[in-house]
Amino acid sequence: MSLHTSMPTLVVVPRRPYWVWAFAVASIAVVIGMVVTFATTPNISWPVVGQYLFSPLILSGLGTTVLLSVTSMAVGIVLGVAVGLMRMSGNRILSTIALIYTTVLRGIPALLLLLLWGNIAILVKSVTLGIPFTDAIFVTFQTNDLITPFIAAVIAFSLSEAAYLGEIVRSGLLSVDRGQVEAAGALGMSPARTMRRIVMPQALRVIIPPVGNNFVTLIKGTSLVSVLAGGDVLTQAQNIAATSYRIMEMLIVATVWYLVLVGIASIGQMFLERAVSKGAVR
Amino acid sequence: MSDTLIVEATGVHKHYGHNHVLKGVDLHVRAGEVVCLIGPSGSGKTTLLRTLNHLESIDAGMILVSGGHVGYRRVGDRLHELAPREVSRNRAGIGMVFQHFNLFPHMTVLENIVEAPIGVRHVSRKEATAHALSLLERVGLSDKAAFYPAQLSGGQKQRVAIARALAMRPEVMLFDEPTSALDPELVGEVLAVMRDLAESGMTMVVVTHEIGFARQVADRVVFMADGVIVEQGPSEVVLDAPSHARTRDFLKAVLA
Repeated sequence: MSLHTSMPTLVVVPRRPYWVWAFAVASIAVVIGMVVTFATTPNISWPVVGQYLFSPLILSGLGTTVLLSVTSMAVGIVLGVAVGLMRMSGNRILSTIALIYTTVLRGIPALLLLLLWGNIAILVKSVTLGIPFTDAIFVTFQTNDLITPFIAAVIAFSLSEAAYLGEIVRSGLLSVDRGQVEAAGALGMSPARTMRRIVMPQALRVIIPPVGNNFVTLIKGTSLVSVLAGGDVLTQAQNIAATSYRIMEMLIVATVWYLVLVGIASIGQMFLERAVSKGAVR
Repeated sequence: MSDTLIVEATGVHKHYGHNHVLKGVDLHVRAGEVVCLIGPSGSGKTTLLRTLNHLESIDAGMILVSGGHVGYRRVGDRLHELAPREVSRNRAGIGMVFQHFNLFPHMTVLENIVEAPIGVRHVSRKEATAHALSLLERVGLSDKAAFYPAQLSGGQKQRVAIARALAMRPEVMLFDEPTSALDPELVGEVLAVMRDLAESGMTMVVVTHEIGFARQVADRVVFMADGVIVEQGPSEVVLDAPSHARTRDFLKAVLA
C-alpha cells in the first residue's frame, strides 16, 4: 500500500530555449537582408566582377600572391625551426639571442617591417661579396638590383613569420613526453634519429594547426605589399580600379580570390592534420 | 648462470645538486643472473638502474656492461663523457623497460618493435618483422601487431615494451618498476612474461616493489636505502631472514 500508487504519471518537459530560437530567426533575417542588399544594389555591377575575375592582370597578381605566400612561409619555417631549437638550447647565449629575436620581430608591425626592407637601399648602398679585411672582391651588387620589392617582401614576411613559428615549434617539441626520448635513447637510437623518427612526428601534431592558421594569416597579410606596388592580386585590382573607376567591383574580385586561397589552404591543413594524427585516440 | 660478469658497477657516486643519491655503490651481475633491487623510495635504486645505460651520468666510479664502458671513454685513468651520438652505440645491447612503458604512440605495435633493429642494427625489414612477430607471440600479443598503443591496456603496453627491448637482442635487460603504473589485475600478465624471460636465461636487473616476484624469480635480492646497498643475497636470506633492521622495517611496511 505505497503512497506512490495514487500519484499521477508526470510528464517531463525539457527546457525550451525560446531566446536562442528568437536570436536564430533574427540572425537569418539579417543575413538574408545583407545578401539581398549586396546582390541588388545598383552601385555594384556584378557582370563587371565576373568580367575581371579571370582577367590576365588579376591572374598574374594572384600568381604573385601565391608565390609570395609560399616562399615566405617556406623560408619562415626553416628560420622558425632554427629559432625554436635555439630557444630550447641549453646554451644560454643561443637561447637569449633567439628570445631577443622573437621579442623584437613580434614587436614590429608587418607593414613597418615591409617598408624597412623596401627602403634598405638607403641604409646599405651596395652588397659586396669578398674576403673580409682584404682587398679581394668577387662581386658587387647594387642593393636596389638585389632587393626587389618582391625580395624585400619575402625577407620581411619570413623574418616575422620565423618569430611566431619559433614559438610554435618550441611548444610542439616541449609537448613530447621526455620518456619518448629516453626510450629511443635506451634502444640505441642517435639523437638525430630520435628527433626525426620519434620526437618530430609527435610534435607535428601540436605544431601543424597553429602553423596552418599562421599561413592563412600570412596569405592575407601579403596584401600589404600593395603599398609598395608589390604586384600582388590587391595591387592589380587597385590598378584596374584606378583606371576603370570600378572600385567596389575590383575590391570584390580581390576578396573572392583571397577567400579561394584561404579555402584551399584550410583544406590542405585538414589533410595534413589527418596525416600526422596517426595513433591518436579517436 | 656463468661466472662471466655482464654488469660491473664499481664505486658509483651520483649527486643531484646537494643531494647525494648514490654513495659509492658496487653492483656486479653475472650472465644469466636475475637481480631484484628493492628499497624505499628515494633509496637510489632507480637512479642506479638508470646509470647502467647512462640515462643518468655518474660523478665518480665506473660502469662496465659486457666489458665496455657505458657513456664514457677511458683515457689513462680518466673517464671522459661521450657525445650523445656515441653513447647511443653503447646502449644498443642494453634493453630497458620503463615504468610508464614509453611506447611510441604514432607507431603501431609492430612498428614500435622493428624501429630500432632496422634503424640502429640495420637488420632487413623482412628479418626484423619476422623476429618482431615471434617476440609478440612470446609475450602473447600476436593479434595486436597492427594496433596502436592507445588501443592497448597497460599490461599489453608493457608486454609490447618488453618485446621492443628484446628485439635488439640485448645482453642484459633493465626493468624500472615495470608494474608500478599498472592496474592491480594487469600486474600478473607482465610478471609472467618476465618470469618466462628469466627462465630462458636472460640477465636481468629489476627495480621492483613486487616482493612476491623477487622471492620467486630473483637469484639475488639487493636492498638499498639512502644511496647505499644495505644488504644483498639470495631471496630466502634477504627477504625471509634479513640481518639489518632497515631491511626488516621496509619489508614489514611493504608486506603489511
